[in-house]
Amino acid sequence: MVEKLPNDSDDGVLSLDRIRELPGYPGKERFAKGPVVVIECDEDIPCNPCEDICPCGAITVGEPITNLPKIDPDICDGCIVCISICPGLCMFVVHRDYNETESLIYIPFEMYPLPEKGSVVDGCNRKGEPVCKARVEKVIKSKKLHKTSVIAVAVPKEFFEDVRSIRM
Amino acid sequence: MNNELVIIGAGPGGLCAAIESAKYGVKVLLIDENDRPGGQLFLQTHKFFGSRHHLAGVRGFQIGKDLLDEAEKHGIELLLNAVAWGVFPDNRVAITISDDKQDSISAENILIATGAIEKGIFFKGWTKPGVMGAGAAQKLMHIHRVLPGKRVLVVGSGNVGLIVAYQLSQAGVEVAGVIEALPQISGYQVHAGKIRRIGIPILTSHTIVEACGESDVESAIVAKLDSAGRVVDGSRMDVSCDVVLLAVGLRPFDELIRSTGIEMTYAPGLGGFVPLHNSVLETSRKNIYVAGDITGIEEANTAMDEGRLVGVVVAEKLGRLSSQEAKRLKTEIQLRLANLRIGRYGEERAKEKKKIVESGIVKERT
Repeated sequence: MVEKLPNDSDDGVLSLDRIRELPGYPGKERFAKGPVVVIECDEDIPCNPCEDICPCGAITVGEPITNLPKIDPDICDGCIVCISICPGLCMFVVHRDYNETESLIYIPFEMYPLPEKGSVVDGCNRKGEPVCKARVEKVIKSKKLHKTSVIAVAVPKEFFEDVRSIRM
Repeated sequence: MNNELVIIGAGPGGLCAAIESAKYGVKVLLIDENDRPGGQLFLQTHKFFGSRHHLAGVRGFQIGKDLLDEAEKHGIELLLNAVAWGVFPDNRVAITISDDKQDSISAENILIATGAIEKGIFFKGWTKPGVMGAGAAQKLMHIHRVLPGKRVLVVGSGNVGLIVAYQLSQAGVEVAGVIEALPQISGYQVHAGKIRRIGIPILTSHTIVEACGESDVESAIVAKLDSAGRVVDGSRMDVSCDVVLLAVGLRPFDELIRSTGIEMTYAPGLGGFVPLHNSVLETSRKNIYVAGDITGIEEANTAMDEGRLVGVVVAEKLGRLSSQEAKRLKTEIQLRLANLRIGRYGEERAKEKKKIVESGIVKERT
C-alpha cells in the first residue's frame, strides 16, 4: 500500500531546456544585471493580464491573445507585480546575484500558513522535490495581490533556475 | 405584470443575461433550483484566464459576489429553490418550489441557462461512500467548510481535476495523486505545473480499477493502461485513500431542454447533446434562448458573454435599445467570444459552434 503515487514522471513539468526557448525567458546574460522575471508559460491560452499589469510595458502578448508572453529583458526591472496577477502562477522573479553566494527567487504562494520571515524551508524544484535549503527573506502580502502572496527565498546560486516552490 | 424575460439558472450565464437586460429596463425573473445564486462561480477559488474584459486575474467567487451585487442594484427578481421542469407551448414555465408547491410562470422570452452536469465512470466499488464528484468535494470545502476526507485520489487531469487537487491541498487535505487514462494531461499545463510544484504526482495512462474498503473507501487500486486501453499485467498499485474524486468531464445539463422539443444536435467537441441556435442564441422555439454550458462545455467567461448577448438581444426586441446601439453591443460581445475560442483549447469549440449557427436550422429572426 502506498500513500502517494510515484512522482517520477515529467507530466506537467516544463523542462529547463524548453523554458530557455520560451519568449518569456529573459536570456542567460540578463541575470547578471539584477532581478528579472522568468515567464514559464508555454501554452496558447487566450490570456493577457500580465501584459496589462506590467507598469514598465516589458511584457507583450499582443494579437492574437493566445500568443505566449514575450519579455523585453532591457525594460523589465523585476518589480514582481506580474507574479500575483497570473492565473497560471507561472511567473517568477529571479535575482541571481543577490549576494556573493545566493540567489533570491520570488515565488507565488497560495498555501496556509504563510512561512515566517527568516525561517529556513525546503527549496523545491518543479516536481516539488526538495533540492536545497531556502531562507525566507520576504513575505509580501497585500490586498493588491489578489490573495496570491509572494515569497522571496534566498537559495545557493547553483539552484537559481531550479527552485520554484517551497515546502515547510 | 408579465415577465419579459424568465431566466432558468442563476449561474454566470443567467446572471449576466439578467443584469445586461435589466440595465435597459427589461423586467426579469431569475429562477434557480439551488438555495443560492451564482452557480459554480462560488466553487472557483482560482483566478480567471482571459483579458481585462473577462476579468482575468480575478477569482471566480469574487466575480460571483460582484455579479450578485450588480443584480441587486438592478432590482432583479430572484426565485430560489425553484425547479423548472417544463416549458409549455405558450412559453409558460412550469416550476416546483421548495419540493412541494407547483406553479407556472408566463414569459415573453425565456433563457435556458442550466449549465452542465458531471460525468461519471464506473469501476468496482464505485458506489462506496467516499467516491464523489469534483463538484461535491468543492461544495463541501467552499460552501459547507467541511473537508471531504484525509487523503484523496483524483481521477481525471482536465482543468477541474487539476484545480480541485490544488484546492484540496490548500484546504489541508493530502492528495495521493492525479491519474489520467489518456497518455497526456487534458488540462492546462500551468494548472498541472502548479500541482507538480507542490509535490502532487500526475500519472498519465493510468486508471482506477477498484475502490476498496469494507463499507467506506479505504484504498484504491490503480493500474497502468497500454496503448489499446487495457490494464497492464502486474502494474496494479494499492493506494491508501479515503476519497476517490472523479473529475472525468462535464456534459450540458440537458434534462429540461430535452423536454421542450427544442432541436438538438450531438457535438462531441462541446461535450454532448446541445441545442441548435442561431447567431444570437435563439433556439428552434421562438423566444427561447440558450447561454452558457448548456450550449457546450466552455469556461465561465464565455457563459457570461453569451448571457450578455441574450440580454442585449431581448432588450432590443422589446424596443429598449436602438438597433444601432444593439448592433454595436452585439458586435463587441461576439468579438470577445471569438477571442475566447482560439488556441489549441478553443479551436474545436469555435468550429462546432460555427457549424451549429451555419447549419441554418434555426433561422436568424432579427
